[in-house]
Amino acid sequence: MLGLSLREVSAALKQGQVSPMELCQKCLSLIKETKFLNAYITVAEEKALKQAEESEKRYEKGQALGVLDGIPVAVKDNFSTAGIETTCASSMLKGYIPPYNATVVQKLLDQGAVLLGKTNLDEFAMGSGSTDGIFGPVRNPWSYSKQYREKRKQSHHRADEDSNWLITGGSSGGSAAAVSAFTCFAALGSDTGGSTRNPAALCGLVGLKPTYGLVSRYGLIPLVNSMDVPGILTRCVDDAAIVLGVLAGHDPKDSTTTQDPVGPFILPILRDVSKLCIGIPKEYNVPELSSEMQAFWSKAADLFASKGAKVVEVSLPHTSYSIVCYHVLCTAEVASNMARFDGLEYGHRCNVNVSTEAMYAATRREGFNDVVRGRILSGNFFLLRENYDDYFVKAQKVRRLIANDFVKVFNSGVDVLLTPTTLSDAVPYLEFIKEDNRTRSAQDDIFTQSVNMAGLPAVNVPMALSSQGLPVGLQLIGRAFSDQQLLTVAKWFEEQVQFPVIQLQELVDNCPTFSQHEKLGLVSLKRNLSKTKDWRYYGESKRKKLGPCRTNTFSQIKIKTNFTSHFGF
Amino acid sequence: MWRRTFRATLRAGLGPGATGAVAGAPGARVGSCRFAGSDSEKAAGPSPGGRVSAELIEHLERLALVDFRNREGVARLQAAIEFAGQLRAVDTDGVEPMESVLEDRCLYLRADEVVEGSCAEDLLQNSQQTVEEYFVAPLGNITLPKQSEQHPVLKS
Repeated sequence: MLGLSLREVSAALKQGQVSPMELCQKCLSLIKETKFLNAYITVAEEKALKQAEESEKRYEKGQALGVLDGIPVAVKDNFSTAGIETTCASSMLKGYIPPYNATVVQKLLDQGAVLLGKTNLDEFAMGSGSTDGIFGPVRNPWSYSKQYREKRKQSHHRADEDSNWLITGGSSGGSAAAVSAFTCFAALGSDTGGSTRNPAALCGLVGLKPTYGLVSRYGLIPLVNSMDVPGILTRCVDDAAIVLGVLAGHDPKDSTTTQDPVGPFILPILRDVSKLCIGIPKEYNVPELSSEMQAFWSKAADLFASKGAKVVEVSLPHTSYSIVCYHVLCTAEVASNMARFDGLEYGHRCNVNVSTEAMYAATRREGFNDVVRGRILSGNFFLLRENYDDYFVKAQKVRRLIANDFVKVFNSGVDVLLTPTTLSDAVPYLEFIKEDNRTRSAQDDIFTQSVNMAGLPAVNVPMALSSQGLPVGLQLIGRAFSDQQLLTVAKWFEEQVQFPVIQLQELVDNCPTFSQHEKLGLVSLKRNLSKTKDWRYYGESKRKKLGPCRTNTFSQIKIKTNFTSHFGF
Repeated sequence: MWRRTFRATLRAGLGPGATGAVAGAPGARVGSCRFAGSDSEKAAGPSPGGRVSAELIEHLERLALVDFRNREGVARLQAAIEFAGQLRAVDTDGVEPMESVLEDRCLYLRADEVVEGSCAEDLLQNSQQTVEEYFVAPLGNITLPKQSEQHPVLKS
């Protein structure tokens, strides 16, 4: 049940095969069992159960609010949630309980979604590994997957060693781990330089960064006002489209949201890609890109070409400067945005009472970690009057050049750009922390942050497993406000590659709250899912007969029957 | 057709646009940048010798109200400045700075009507020191100690 897509579980709720309370309780117990992943900072158990109860009443009356009614979701801890502690993984906001909901959170709640809790992140969303928050690093569920462990056994490593767990990527690592480990069906992240797409790629999820201006940022504790966007993490493209349909639209409280009508984000099934033009930016082929990633990228481009799409090489000449430009703009905006944390009206406050300035300085010294302080100081440097033109204004000009690069490429007939999302698959935590946060961010954000600078929509679609048994994803970038078209192409690609489901049997086996029958049910559910997916991949002729989309539903219905008979619903 | 050029790029190693400032160890790339104006900007930038001046450190700490804490913090700033210096290599003549990707759209104003508010209690709840409906702060007319005698010129 926990591995189904949004539409399927929504149908199950409508038909009464499972109730919102049961679903919520299952998710909450799985969260307890997967606590070692450290994906959640706050689990709002009572509130979630209350929301589930209300949803159940609505289903009983036949008055479900929509597809999301009763569905457990998680939200990154830099979104304000009324009555639930919001910390941004920082000492500065520890104990801070916002009096209001962020617009995106409110929209989810208005649709009846059940908010399970707030997920872990890098402090103030600064980082690319979800390792730098005060609540500790987040572990990638794939470290415990059968696929990864078997590969490690084959290469003569001890498969059960716990110290060599992998990072999730960042900064929305907690959200990614939560969705990947089946504790919720969708999660919100934020994306400033790739913070949603990076963990999505490393955790095998669909990570959508909508166009800047499509989704409201009201209530999202800001990092970089001109680049932040709430991001969506789900297990399939269809789910991402459903959530986007709920979140997108004008918000009077955020004047950077577009007033143009948006949506609906219903994705048509793309059968013919011959009219599609895919661009491959040559500057993205950097030496740091692992050869395995290069091979996957090449394979994906071949796939498009073999199905009739036009695949062309394009040029984004200012790509090599985008990291530097991002570094300057990001630190400058951070310096400004972090100025609001002075301990006076909310958040941590120190005991110094000599003067206002001394109190501010001491509070900020205690509240921020090295990464945040480093960025604030660099940002202040670039904003000094002497340096303003040379650094900040210069970076703004380079930003325009980068944005114009994209515009030129899209005007030349390219519909979608295909690029890698990350340099390689997930790395072990012990290796990741050998370099400092800024270096890592500069390395890992290389494919993702120029999209934020241009404000374009982008989505990570998981493609396949690497030689280590870990997920690898590719990024598709579209024109501004062409989110629906982008997701349509992403859905087609997802259907073609048939990314395997994570096999977390060991997690299930260690789960004492599941009865033996339930364990068998879940295990066979997962086995069936992977089996049927293999069948679909090899059974070319069978697939063509049924059509790609219908195969999915057909096999899922088969599984549901097995499942329901196991559990006696 | 694209495949041939793609493979050629793979063989060549570096793509043509990827010279210079591609992400990697910052130290490795810095050597290729010129610090054209560094001599004239003594107060602002690091000296050609490569160290951030004590005056600058104090100035930034005062502006940001955040301390460097130790040599590592200063080194971090140093590295950040060097990294950002790579921007000078880009030719931006005649290019307007871009503040927002939505620059072609109008930012609209809401009607000037009070529709929400009266939530003083909610807002005061989060503060640690309040008296009635006031936030309590220490005295504001005392400057931060350990500053140089010369006050930094603040923008009015």
